[in-house]
Amino acid sequence: MSYHVNEKGYYGEFGGAFIPEMLYPNTEELRQNYLQIMAEPSFQEEFHQLLRDYVGRPTPLYYAARMSEKYQTKIYLKREDLCHTGAHKVNNTIGQILMAKKLGKNRIIAETGAGQHGVATATVCALMGIECVVYMGEIDIARQAPNVARMKMLGAEVRPALSGSRTLKDATNEAIRDWINNPVDTHYIIGSVVGPHPYPDMVARFQSVISEEIKSQLLEKEGREHPDYVVACVGGGSNAAGAYYHFLDSPEVGIIAVEAAGKGIDTGESAATSALGKVGIIHGSKTLLMQTPDGQITEPYSISAGLDYPGVGPLHAHLFASGRGEFISITDDDAMKAGLKLCQLEGIIPAIESSHGLAIFEQRKFKPEDVVVMNLSGRGDKDLQNYIDYFNL
Amino acid sequence: MNRIKSKLQEDKKLLSIYFTAGFPNLDDTVSIIQELENNGVDMIEIGLPFSDPLADGPTIQDSSTAALHNGMHTELLFDQLKDIRQSVSIPLIIMGYFNPVFQYGVEAFCKRCAELGIDGLILPDLPLDVYEEEYKHIFEKYGLINVFLITPQTSDARIRQIDDVSDGFIYMVSSASTTGAKKGFGAEQQAYFDRIARMELKNPQIVGFGISNQETFAQATQQAKGAIIGSAFIKHLRENGPEKIDGFVKGIR
Ligand SMILES: Cc1ncc(COP(=O)(O)O)c(C=O)c1O
Repeated sequence: MSYHVNEKGYYGEFGGAFIPEMLYPNTEELRQNYLQIMAEPSFQEEFHQLLRDYVGRPTPLYYAARMSEKYQTKIYLKREDLCHTGAHKVNNTIGQILMAKKLGKNRIIAETGAGQHGVATATVCALMGIECVVYMGEIDIARQAPNVARMKMLGAEVRPALSGSRTLKDATNEAIRDWINNPVDTHYIIGSVVGPHPYPDMVARFQSVISEEIKSQLLEKEGREHPDYVVACVGGGSNAAGAYYHFLDSPEVGIIAVEAAGKGIDTGESAATSALGKVGIIHGSKTLLMQTPDGQITEPYSISAGLDYPGVGPLHAHLFASGRGEFISITDDDAMKAGLKLCQLEGIIPAIESSHGLAIFEQRKFKPEDVVVMNLSGRGDKDLQNYIDYFNL
Repeated sequence: MNRIKSKLQEDKKLLSIYFTAGFPNLDDTVSIIQELENNGVDMIEIGLPFSDPLADGPTIQDSSTAALHNGMHTELLFDQLKDIRQSVSIPLIIMGYFNPVFQYGVEAFCKRCAELGIDGLILPDLPLDVYEEEYKHIFEKYGLINVFLITPQTSDARIRQIDDVSDGFIYMVSSASTTGAKKGFGAEQQAYFDRIARMELKNPQIVGFGISNQETFAQATQQAKGAIIGSAFIKHLRENGPEKIDGFVKGIR
């Protein structure tokens, strides 16, 4: 059994392209070309050169000695927080901007929630001198002011999404509507392993550099390519998909997905899609999503803006439904504490998204000889105000 | 015979109107349908509101948000329509997004539609291949017509494929856009209308998106069998409530 996408764009029963006909030519053009373009030597060369010289890859695989001591197991941190712009998101935007150029597009659109993907998109558009429009929910614009300023400095236009609940899902709707209205010259850089086929697969492939590096780095440090566990937080699921990618079909590697429980799974203020979601259609993909019994998509909640998406990528829905992945949800409080603990034990201030992943060591026991790789998806600079408010710093 | 099919055989250009169920008021559904029929409208698309209407512009989005806020939901719409065939005889189509139908259960949804006298469905985000493989037999079992969209970007080959699977009419989206009134049709639209007319498809076409007045209706139906008005009617309802529908319809033809 393979956990990768099949030729029709499905992961088990999940995935596909549930899009209005207006988007068919756009996604079809991408579907027919993405694998071929990605396989071109000139593409690979430029992609890897930019990842090395511009993003700063490979990111270190760091043995966290004091954390390992505390939790009595071997913990490695994959330092995506050290990427240019502060998170893994840029791996995908570098790949997609090169894809857009190969497809002859001269205008980029993107959605963003917390602003991390928006900043990563604005960054690569500045790098390539391409026009960039980022949709962001009106409410998120108000609560993520520094990232809005960053995008503007980088030359992007930030357009408020005024519809629906005015957050990430609505920003995604607006980006999709823009694409319907501009089907020829525009490429949509989606920010996670979500959306219609081939996006989940394409984004996972761009992010798969994370697990490719883990393999060779672990070989050097532990004399083996395969860890016992890979842990990652899951919003839409892109950093997780990248960290799992080369281990998906290796059953000896345990896959742990960490979702945001918000104030608690049963409080009505949560973003734990695997626990609360049902199969349905969101943003063109058949996957697990949070919705009313009537099929209206509901608004999730998490202290971490990067995790409050009401769905999850179809790969993750499949990992959950098939039992291949172990899904754990972590509350706001536990995540915040785990974030502070990492600061104190290792001198690293993590993004609150990543703090959710770190929190599992308080809840789940590992054997002393286990090698656990935790994907530290981003740094905490963007979350400083949240940390200040939470801890009264 | 399915009411849509017999309507399509009438020797006239068809005027079809879309409105969002539950807007402007929760209980306007039946009276709006009756008023539209009384004023000579040929066919009606009843919008089942959805939280995330991807293919819609601001006007229909806002009406959907308002309708959901008013308390509209699938079972309630079915309940409102339970006696509709005692007073209304023109074709009725439910238009909505796939997720609410999927949650209701596609078979259960189709069955209910058939019981109520609904003649067809338009679900823009239910893709052609999935329909054919998983749901076509259910639609057929309940005598429901499934309507597919084409756009100016749709290739001839794909249009032929859609024409093959369709058994009623093809919803011809006027331009590459979400729903909402445009400033009229230009040369690009005319070229598209001409291209489709030349293809001599098996199914008649009804044009939608951007039809708002007499002029755009006339232009769209020069070659196509009919046209659908959505956003312009929603605006009328927003400004007038469920009143003066006669005036609105007379302004179109
Ligand atoms: C640092 C960081 N980690 C994780 C995420 C969640 O996204 P994904 O699940 O696609 O990795 C985000 C999203 O903004 C992020 O900024």
